[in-house]
Parts: sequence; structure tokens; C-alpha cells
Amino acid sequence: MPQVTYTDSEGQTRTVSANVGDSVMETAVRNGIPGIVAECGGSLSCATCHVVVDEADFAALPPMDPMEDEMLYGTAEDRTDTSRLCCQISVTDDMDLRVTTPATQV
Amino acid sequence: MSAAGLLIIGSSQAGVQLAVSLRALGYPDPITLLGDENHRPYQRPALSKEFLQDVISKESMIFRTQEYWDDHDIRVVKNERIVRFDTRPDGSGVAYARSGETFEFDRLALAVGARARKLQVPGADLPGVLYLRNADDALELKARVPAVENVVVIGGGFIGIEAAASLTKLGKNVTLLEAGPRLIGRAVGPETSDFLLKHHLEAGIDVRLDAELTRIVGTGDQITGVEVGNEVIPADLVLVGIGVLPNTELAEHLGLDCDNGIRVDGHALCSDGVTVAVGDCANLPNPVPGSPAGDRVRFESVNNAIEQAKVAAYAITGDPEEYAGIPWFWSNQGALKLQIAGLSTGYDQTVVRAHEPTKWSVLYYRDGRIIAADAVNAPLDFMAVKGALAKGQNIPADAAADTTTMLKTLTTDI
Ligand SMILES: Cc1cc2nc3c(=O)[nH]c(=O)nc-3n(C[C@H](O)[C@H](O)[C@H](O)COP(=O)(O)OP(=O)(O)OC[C@H]3O[C@@H](n4cnc5c(N)ncnc54)[C@H](O)[C@@H]3O)c2cc1C
Ligand code: FES
Repeated sequence: MPQVTYTDSEGQTRTVSANVGDSVMETAVRNGIPGIVAECGGSLSCATCHVVVDEADFAALPPMDPMEDEMLYGTAEDRTDTSRLCCQISVTDDMDLRVTTPATQV
Repeated sequence: MSAAGLLIIGSSQAGVQLAVSLRALGYPDPITLLGDENHRPYQRPALSKEFLQDVISKESMIFRTQEYWDDHDIRVVKNERIVRFDTRPDGSGVAYARSGETFEFDRLALAVGARARKLQVPGADLPGVLYLRNADDALELKARVPAVENVVVIGGGFIGIEAAASLTKLGKNVTLLEAGPRLIGRAVGPETSDFLLKHHLEAGIDVRLDAELTRIVGTGDQITGVEVGNEVIPADLVLVGIGVLPNTELAEHLGLDCDNGIRVDGHALCSDGVTVAVGDCANLPNPVPGSPAGDRVRFESVNNAIEQAKVAAYAITGDPEEYAGIPWFWSNQGALKLQIAGLSTGYDQTVVRAHEPTKWSVLYYRDGRIIAADAVNAPLDFMAVKGALAKGQNIPADAAADTTTMLKTLTTDI
């Protein structure tokens, strides 16, 4: 089963198994992972689902669309080279993704 | 520690957030999260957008897994409608459901939301006149859509426009009737209304403003059209989105003050000082910093449901924090993503930023100070204004129209 590992800004780590087709945001929120607010529920409207993807995993993700890219310039904590809005990342077969959540989303 | 704990009536955006925030704050008592719909708690916004368009499944709208509720000791009850109470002076009591079930509580939270305002014209009760407030409405609409060719949407507010855009995307002939002179007149300025109108006409929605609807025409149990003036617009389905009414009946039964919603203070406390009311059902002091004293508002937004529920959780756990914040809203309308930050009420100046034909925003000012923005496909403008308002900063109007400059770089302290 695919899984996603979430590390918060203080280094606390939780790994949850995920369903193919769900977003990395949904996986987090439904399981109560703190650090992801996702106010708009995945509608690409709030930029409160910001994560920094592990560098080793980043390149394997499908590229982001221009709207996500633009919204990443408005996140509460400044974007890094491997930032994504995780409502836009779909869980795929065999995914073993590692992401870090920022100290604040709002 | 008490036996009955908190009973939250209404298990949607506000009720769910209240339960979640209370547990995050370490609230030790039992929590019952009760709602009358026969679904697991779910999010509404996609009902008129991605879910209606078949882009996402019902599963994607569910708030939390059952394991989450179990792990956090939150009892979720669905399909129970509360109809009356017996209460004691300390705010505790028992709630009676229509089914005959009873629910004891030490404290009560009302997160009962709002219901669709009903259309009052002849023919409005024909089958095929639908509303879009909850999942059952959306499921019925989706079940009928394949057999339908012509749709008339009544109401040019957010839900009417979103649904009209979604149904157009699904290949239907859509006519949108708005009784007023412009779209979303309640929430956006005329420049935004005009911008949206132009786009939606181009996208193929037959938008009619100042439309005087006289009746729904049908034969037996089948709708055939909608009569507007002396024209009958063909319709196999009518979707009504003419606003909502706050559900205040339970609060009135409890003797709580109500006026366009259940009146609460800045801590989400009702007039009895114990019961809390949150979300679409609550009438609250305007939370925008610097708003006129005594000004009250009732929001219908996810942002407010979440933020006000957090404030209520603080009040319940005994560490009260006054509700203050910048309201924001989004609305996906076909190819347009509209994002609104702040409240534009009382503006005296606007500045338009015209980036591209479908990338556009308008900034609202009062006495030279930014108070709000409507941004279409321009999330950076939206976020810059939201950020500036949250920090109490200004974006001076004279430089704001230049789209080659990022708004974020123009913010100044006041
Ligand atoms: C189609 C649609 C699209 C939307 N799109 C957006 C959007 O894009 N952005 C945005 O910010 N907002 C949007 N909204 C608004 C947003 O969904 C609401 O503001 C939010 O759901 C309010 O949450 P609430 O919990 O206060 O009330 P509600 O969601 O109305 O929930 C109240 C619940 O209480 C239940 N209830 C009522 N009375 C009783 C009783 N006596 N006993 C038991 N249960 C009871 C109701 O059945 C309901 O389940 C949309 C709403 C709809 C309908
Ligand atoms: S959840 Fe709102 S942008 Fe991702």
C-alpha cells in the first residue's frame, strides 16, 4: 500500500498508509495530521496545504500547473525549491513520499 | 470531568471544526457530534463544482476517517434531527430527536447552519425544481442531469453561477435568471459583476438580468419551461439558488436572542452566556479589525465556520480569545477562480488590475486604505491583499494598477 510520511517543523514524524487517487492533503487531513490546514478542501484556493517535498522524491512527482506555482508565492512560510501544495499531489501505486510541513500555514 | 459532555448539533463545517479544535486544545469531556443528514460529515463547496462535474468522488468530500473520530473519542451521530429540549438553568439538559432518541448534554453547541430559501411562484413545487444545499440535493441533481437538455438556474449568486458553469461544462443548455441588475450583487462590486457577466455569456450561459420570473410551467409532473415576462424559456430542470435562511428555530425554542441568525458575542457565546453558536447560523460582531462598533454580520463561508468554531473552542476550554480576522471566500465558476479577501462594504474607490483577459482583479479602498479585493484567476493579488489586511498594512492605490509590479512589494505600514 502507498504511504506518506509527514514530518512537522519540530521533527515529529508520522507515516500513514494512503489510498491511490486520494491527494496527499486528503490523506493528511482525514487522519488528523497537524500542520496542514487545507481550508478550501483541495480547491486550490487557500494555499494552506503547503509542504516541502523531500528532495529525493520531488523530481518523480508530475509537474505542477501554473496556478499552483503562482499560489506558492503567497504561502505563509516562503516557498523552497521543492515546495508543493499537497492537495495537488495524487497518491499513486507504490508511492512512498516524504514531506515536511511548515511551522505555519496561515 | 462530566458524564454527558458537549452536544454539538450540526455536523458540518462548523460542528466538525469545533469538535476537532476542542480535542486539539485538550478538552477532556465527551463530545457528541450530531447531524440530521444520513451521510458521514462532509464538505459542501464541491457540491456545485467538482462533485457536480464528476471530477471528484463523494469520498473526497468526507472530513475525517472513522479511525480519527474513534481515536479522538468523538461520537459521531448521523440521521438524527433534534426537535426540542428540556434544559436546566446551568445550560445542561436533554435533546429530543424526531426518532424518539434522547441525548443528554452538559453544554450545547448549535452549528445548525442554514437552509435554502424556497421559491415562491406558481409551479415551484413541481418535481424537477431542485435546490443545492446538501449532499442529497446534489445526488438528486446528478441523477437527473443525464436525461436533461435544458436547465434554467434561478439566482445569480455564487451557487447559481457555479452550478450554471458546471452544468454548461456538462454540455447542458443553461439559462441563468437573476432578478437584480447584476451578478452576485450582495458580495462583489459592479466591476466584478460586469467582468463575470461578460465571461459567462462568452462561455455559453444565457444570463438574463432584471429577470421577472412569473411561474414554472409544467404538465402533470414534468417541467417544460420557466415563464419570464411573456416568454417561456424551455426547461427540463430548474435549479434554484436564491439564498439561504439561518436555522434559528432551536435557538428560539431555547429562548436565545435571534436576529438574522443566532446572536452571539465575539466568543461565539449566545445570549444565555453558555450555549455557543457557530457557522452559517450565527449572527456575530464584525470580526474585521477597525470595523464600526456595534456592526454585526452573518457569514456563509467555510473560512468563517472554521475561524468562529476555533474561537468557540477557546471559550469552552476557558481560555477565551475574541474573534478577529479577515474574511475570505472562493468560488470556482467554470474556468474562473474568484477569490475574495476582506469586506468591500463602504468602499469609496476601486483600482482594477487587468493582467490578461481572464486574469483580473479589483481592489477596494476606503479613505485611501485598502479594505478588500476580488481576484479572478489572480491568486497572487488575492494573497497579497489578504496578507496586507491581516497585518494591518496598506497597498497605496496610486501604484496598484500597474500589473508589472507584484502587489506584495507595494505594501506599506500605516
Ligand atoms: C453548494 C455549496 C457550495 C459552497 N461553496 C462554497 C465555497 O466555494 N467557498 C466557501 O467558503 N463556502 C462555500 N459554501 C458555504 C459553506 O459550505 C458553508 O458556509 C458551510 O457549510 C457552513 O457550515 P455550517 O456548519 O455552519 O452549516 P451547514 O453546512 O449548513 O451545516 C449545518 C448542519 O446542521 C444540520 N442540522 C440543522 N438543524 C438540525 C437539527 N435540528 N438536528 C440535527 N441536525 C441539524 C444540517 O442538516 C447540516 O448538516 C458553499 C455551500 C454550498 C451549499
Ligand atoms: S487545500 Fe486549499 S490550496 Fe490546497
